Amino acid sequence: MSTCFNFFTSSIGRKIVVAVTGLLLFLFCLVHLGGNMLIFVGQEAFNDYAYKLHHMLHGALIWIARVGLLGLAAAHVLATVSLVIQNKTAREPYHFQKTVRATLTSKLMPLSGLMVLFFIIFHILHFTVRLDALGTNDPSYQLDGGYFDAWQMVVDGFANHWVSIIYLISVFLLGLHLKHGFASLFQTLGLSSNKTRKHFEVASILLSLLIFVGFASIPVLVGFVGLYR
Amino acid sequence: MMSSYKADSTVPHHQAPEGPLSDKWSKYKANAKLINPANKRKYKVIVVGSGLAGASASATLAELGYQVDCFCYQDSARRAHSIAAQGGINAAKNYQNDGDNVHRLFYDTIKGGDFRSREANVYRLAEISTQIIDQCVAQGVPFAREYGGLLANRSFGGAQVSRTFYAAGQTGQQLLIGAYQALSKEISKGGVTMHPRTEMLDIVKVDGHAKGIISRNLVTGEITSHAADTVILATGGYGNVFFLSTNAMGCNVTAALKAYKKGAYMANPCYTQIHPTCIPVSGDYQSKLTLMSESLRNDGRIWVPKKAEDCGKPAAEIAEEDRDYYLERKYPSFGNLCPRDIASRAAKEVCDEGRGVGASGLGVYLDFADSIDRLGEDAIRARYGNLFQMYAKITGEDPYKSPMRIYPAVHYTMGGLWVDYNLMSNVPGLHVLGEANFSDHGANRLGASALMQGLADGYFVIPVTLGNYLASQKPGTVTTEHPEFEKAATESRERIEKILSIKGTRSVDSIHRELGLLMWDKCGMERTEEGLKEALAKIPEIRKAFWEDVRIPGHAGELNKELEKALRVADFIEFADVMCHDALNREESCGGHFRAEHQFTQADPEVQAGTTQEGEAKRRDDEFGYVAAWGYQGEGVQPSLNKEELVFEEVKPSIRSYQ
Amino acid sequence: MAETINVTLKVWKQESTEHKGKIETIQADNIPTSASFLEMLDIVNEELIAEGKDVIHFDHDCREGICGACSLNINGVAHGVEQAVTTCQLHMRSFSNGDTIWIEPFRANAFPVLKDLMVDRSAMDRVIQAGGFVDIRTGSAVDANSLPIEKELADAAFAAAACIGCGACVAACKNASAMLFVSAKAAHLNNLPQGQAEKKKRVLGMVAQMDAEGFGNCTNQYECEAVCPKEISVDNIAKLNRDYLSSSIKEGVKTI
Repeated sequence: MSTCFNFFTSSIGRKIVVAVTGLLLFLFCLVHLGGNMLIFVGQEAFNDYAYKLHHMLHGALIWIARVGLLGLAAAHVLATVSLVIQNKTAREPYHFQKTVRATLTSKLMPLSGLMVLFFIIFHILHFTVRLDALGTNDPSYQLDGGYFDAWQMVVDGFANHWVSIIYLISVFLLGLHLKHGFASLFQTLGLSSNKTRKHFEVASILLSLLIFVGFASIPVLVGFVGLYR
Repeated sequence: MMSSYKADSTVPHHQAPEGPLSDKWSKYKANAKLINPANKRKYKVIVVGSGLAGASASATLAELGYQVDCFCYQDSARRAHSIAAQGGINAAKNYQNDGDNVHRLFYDTIKGGDFRSREANVYRLAEISTQIIDQCVAQGVPFAREYGGLLANRSFGGAQVSRTFYAAGQTGQQLLIGAYQALSKEISKGGVTMHPRTEMLDIVKVDGHAKGIISRNLVTGEITSHAADTVILATGGYGNVFFLSTNAMGCNVTAALKAYKKGAYMANPCYTQIHPTCIPVSGDYQSKLTLMSESLRNDGRIWVPKKAEDCGKPAAEIAEEDRDYYLERKYPSFGNLCPRDIASRAAKEVCDEGRGVGASGLGVYLDFADSIDRLGEDAIRARYGNLFQMYAKITGEDPYKSPMRIYPAVHYTMGGLWVDYNLMSNVPGLHVLGEANFSDHGANRLGASALMQGLADGYFVIPVTLGNYLASQKPGTVTTEHPEFEKAATESRERIEKILSIKGTRSVDSIHRELGLLMWDKCGMERTEEGLKEALAKIPEIRKAFWEDVRIPGHAGELNKELEKALRVADFIEFADVMCHDALNREESCGGHFRAEHQFTQADPEVQAGTTQEGEAKRRDDEFGYVAAWGYQGEGVQPSLNKEELVFEEVKPSIRSYQ
Repeated sequence: MAETINVTLKVWKQESTEHKGKIETIQADNIPTSASFLEMLDIVNEELIAEGKDVIHFDHDCREGICGACSLNINGVAHGVEQAVTTCQLHMRSFSNGDTIWIEPFRANAFPVLKDLMVDRSAMDRVIQAGGFVDIRTGSAVDANSLPIEKELADAAFAAAACIGCGACVAACKNASAMLFVSAKAAHLNNLPQGQAEKKKRVLGMVAQMDAEGFGNCTNQYECEAVCPKEISVDNIAKLNRDYLSSSIKEGVKTI
């Protein structure tokens, strides 16, 4: 028991928690992106997908997924916060500050992470909880036979340019976060070396671009270009 | 000059057992006094110094059960200057199957020391050498290996076999880290209490035995007494008496000098080794000298201009016929690869003739142009890349384009406190290990032997021989309550207060530099009776300048680097005196001690017979085949000269020839 | 006469650990460009002594880049901007006339300032004491060649063992993490067959001590590798992470 406790209180243990949860959240993003792309396939495909998600295992899957994701996110955030606190108390700043190699994205990790967290809360309130104030709780989305017109809700949701801008900025920050995070997790899990580190970094750039471009395509095409208006 | 030095006591017997050389150590071990494990815990041992000898001794003694207190002036034991040794460590392993054995290593070391060391000690060193390698490998020291996974060896100066083990150019570092890790292991187990940033200021003697030390905490300035059942000094050499040397800035003679002043003999202090290939001094501000590996002489050609007026010109503008490849000219068979002392003296000679190069005129060229032509720049880069880079970093010159400039520098000191076969000095209970003692290298040390000695003393000799002394002592009889401690601590405090109260005009460094220059000129590579007498006359003036005109900012109860330096320099000044006396007394040339009056000339039959050459060191075995063990007689008083005659049972001293 | 330059120093001055420190401006004139950085400070100190002031305190010893004592943060970079050098190997020819040079101690809460530019790095010794060794008694070793070691492993161990324990990695890390230092020692010993028996104990012990000393954690920015005078690779950090995970699992399984 104490070994387990030691692991989760040690700096490396907490880093591993961040890396593993980060990896799983990243995989979720990929799946999420795949689902989102159905928007461009058509209203029916998208709504079918949403229906299946909500009704698999008699509707239990979605809750298992929600609780799981919430747990992952909470672990990711809590471990990170404790690490950041440790780091902030580890030293005072230099009067003359300079870095030699650290990348911009690595320096922005706490900031980009925090912004993404706020975004996730907003996103849930926007499309999952559907707060009245955010305009996504229109009764007309409830279709016959328990179907829900998620497609229409999204199209309407992005009609508001302010909302689209928020989404655009947020997925950009998510991209930045993943650019450092993805390559970094291999180092933290002890899977990278001088030979492979560069490859992971390239992969990280490509994957974070994919995530950014993929997610950004919806507010851009649906919101600004007005593809379905 | 007839020696005016008088003996005041008889040097104790060296304690090596009788019998054939090769049996002495086994015989000693078979009869060594033992202390039972339960009692070992009751004995306290003080070890001053945490280099190869100090760290290995502390770790091993703690393993045996003794309570060890280890002191070092550095912030961590890992920074002791053993770390800077580059080349390697000798061991008679014969892994190369090239005919090496213990006797051969012993003989090479005795001959390399110009027949001025004690046979029994050197033989033991050669015997133990093999165990050192086993021990270090077991600790995880990453020695160089061959593709088959076995240990690699290389050859080194003064030997015809490949017996040197190495870890790139960082052998000293890796061995020291090994010893430091062993020490760390014992610290974690509670066997060793480490006192970093703590300097020993004095030895405390109780009823004639060394029973403790006075130390100063370099952070708080606190003066503390430490009592123990025995004291071990592993405090390194005194090369910094020359101000400029390849030693670390903090290396000092304080511990050895305090022991000397409390009655321990200072043996052969005039034996200093000058390394021929160092980067020359570039200005008055220079604080230390950097060694370039001797291996460079394999492919570099050493030369100076034939005409003094060419010295200011860039090397490239000096025509081939105007260059003097003086080593190739003087020593046609060995050429650029002649031994260290000879190469060093030859460089000094040409510079004294006004043919030195560089801004200071104290430098000779080490030219790789021919090798680069012959082998290509890449081959040279593969062999010496890191050394060339180091040279470029320090001098800002590119040695691939213009020749390197090199000059000899003080590197190692063979002399030190006198010890017997037990490594105990003539003061009972005071043991001395490593470079701080005089015992194994005679008048000149062979390459890759310093690391061997430090570790042999610490890992394998002192753990056996210490029992010999301790068995006669009841543990814990002396505590810091004894009035001798308060007396010594008060003396140390008063000395510090006195230095701080001078408030003169000169910095410690300026006085140290003055002392260093004097010693380098008069007691350096070449010594003369006249020069040494001049130095002996000048040293009291420097001492006076120090004690009347030094200025130390700050106070005693704080971290005060100037005060630390001042305490060390005051001791160097006193030490310089006995060093010059020894050099003056030793009217012969041997190893690192070269008296201009004693060199071979054309008139000597040995030169005519071709056994040696003109200008070579001339030993005088009949008169000087002894260890000069100097006894302190008081400040400014001529020390007493006591002799341990060197008896050679196994080897016959001969002219040290590398032809 | 040798070429000289004038520079302005912005030096951290602090009387002791208990006192507050501050940046002081000190003019350094007529500094030969061939002098080393530490020799420049020697020259400045000589002048301060002549003026009756206290000197600038800094750690230094071998002055040839191997002991690891020197520890200055110069213009924001541990050991200065030149690659693969210690402070003592930095020369004034790297600076220009009129430059302002900021000199600060290696900052980390695990390295309390003792005076001016000198810090207490004993935390690193305590990390080594927590497992950075092979527990072998003197005299109990077998013949050195009885255990052949694959050259690749031996070379990796040597590359990690080249660490001089200067603490630049800690000083350069915005989190004051000691991961490069700790992982270098762990990798040195964990790579070798001699180090296998205690691998788990070593890894868990050293990491626990590292955390207890108040060092930060690694955020994979690799500033440490960039300033390391011995160019120790961050591969060692990956290896330590891996070994820590496997050691924790082994220890966890044993406990259950």
